[in-house]
Amino acid sequence: MLKQYETVFILTPVLSEVQMKEAVAKFRDLIVANQGEVVYEEDWGLKKLAYPIQKKTTGFYHLLGFKADPDFIAKLELQYRRDERVIRYLTFAMDKHAIAYAEKKHGPAKEAVPVKEEKPAPKPKKPAVDEDIDIEEED
Amino acid sequence: MNPPTVEVKKKKYCRFKKAGIKYIDYKDPEFLKRFLNEQGKILPRRLTGTSLKYQRKVAQAVKRARHLALLPYVTDLLK
Repeated sequence: MLKQYETVFILTPVLSEVQMKEAVAKFRDLIVANQGEVVYEEDWGLKKLAYPIQKKTTGFYHLLGFKADPDFIAKLELQYRRDERVIRYLTFAMDKHAIAYAEKKHGPAKEAVPVKEEKPAPKPKKPAVDEDIDIEEED
Repeated sequence: MNPPTVEVKKKKYCRFKKAGIKYIDYKDPEFLKRFLNEQGKILPRRLTGTSLKYQRKVAQAVKRARHLALLPYVTDLLK
């Protein structure tokens, strides 16, 4: 049974653009290689951290929304811990409301984003704007 | 000796119930800041009026945002 997850990781800012893309591709491929399916992806770019982590004040944020087997999460997190480029990560199991919210934001889940296993080079992707989501409510 | 307050209190309400919001995004620190005080602490329900169900979700989202360094754990003058 596939479950939908969302994972955000912060890469160390000392990486070059190419190294950063490579690290992202590694995790994307890891998901695909384990019968997962990347549903959407967001690159938040270099962001300032709210507090220093490993003496770094900035980091590359990257988000992957994916479907995978629950057993895969342990593997993914093991890879995060082993990879010294990742300074922080969070994996989040989505419930139906979270999925509805993500679908609204990214468009309904189509058949997996075309990511090829044998092509690790990431496609030139414009960083998805995440700041424009507004939850309607008034004070 | 304070005189008894006579001003009419505005009824508090849960903004999530009222607006029909089901999911609180941990990736939106600007929104979550409404539920924090200047030190970055989560405001109690008695001040915000949030229902228990959504207060738990707010708290969970704030904690996730803190973990991802989107919000500080401790600070002064957050806003």
